[in-house]
Amino acid sequence: MTSSREEFFQGITTGLPVFFSYLPVAITFGLLARTGELDIFQTVSFSALVFAGASQLIALNLLSLGVSIPEIIATTFLVNLRHLLMSASLITRIKETPLLPILGLGVTDESFAIASLKPAPVSAGFLGGLQITGYLGWVVGTAIGFGAGQILPEILRQAMGLAIYALFIALLAPAAIRSRTVFVVAIIAGGINWGLALIGLEQAGIRIVLGILGGAAIGTIMEHKGGIKN
Amino acid sequence: MRIYLLILGMALVTVIPRLLPFIALKIDKIPSLLRVFLSYIPFAAMGALIIPGIGDSIPESTTAALGGTIAATLIALGTRNLLLTIGGGVFTSALFLLF
Repeated sequence: MTSSREEFFQGITTGLPVFFSYLPVAITFGLLARTGELDIFQTVSFSALVFAGASQLIALNLLSLGVSIPEIIATTFLVNLRHLLMSASLITRIKETPLLPILGLGVTDESFAIASLKPAPVSAGFLGGLQITGYLGWVVGTAIGFGAGQILPEILRQAMGLAIYALFIALLAPAAIRSRTVFVVAIIAGGINWGLALIGLEQAGIRIVLGILGGAAIGTIMEHKGGIKN
Repeated sequence: MRIYLLILGMALVTVIPRLLPFIALKIDKIPSLLRVFLSYIPFAAMGALIIPGIGDSIPESTTAALGGTIAATLIALGTRNLLLTIGGGVFTSALFLLF
């Protein structure tokens, strides 16, 4: 317990790359929320309370498509279900403390990855410092993005429509190049969404949920039968 | 009001998966097949969100959207940098809108 303060600050230092990797995405979220129908309080509350990059950007996208609130929440649940496994994996590697459950609130892909690379047992102080650093980057970046959105020219604001998709491409393309399975999963999921749209299924939320389930099922089959690893 | 309802709902369904293992689990006993399935959900989600929506991402010009898409893909693969990819894609689309 004497070194818990040191561990906390070590977590903050280790979390700096997470802070800086969250900033551009958070700025994009703030900008897109600003170009959408959200005000500053809604935008910052979004990041402060949800703290989930992909699903927040997805929510903005779905809002712009006119998808219903329950469908967006259902999609969010599906997208963030992976955190169940990350938390389950993480819990086996953390020192027991009474404050442990609070750390579950801050689990993200990035903090999980960093904590998983650290030799066990990971201290609660370290994990807390790591998560708080990422959290600050996310909330502060969101506010900066919202502020900068107000001074953007018309052409740039139109072009910003691509930003959310460029982000998904930035996350997906490198993974799809590395793994044929990932590539097929994404194409199948998109193909299902597009195909269902073409045959007249109007609710984008349902199409996307079916696309996600179909794509992930194909990935599971490919990996199970072919023994393909990422 | 509608937005705050969304935020609270999203916060709830995001917190539950994050928190549940911390409260309920001691040992990771999730079947490997389910683990594989869940590991592909982010990629499937991104695929389903990109296709076909990206074609309509800039309502004023499909050409600008596709130009930006190609630029973003090349920058993503060349740099693996989120900010450069977003900036380069948007900049390219802006050029298409200008000319």
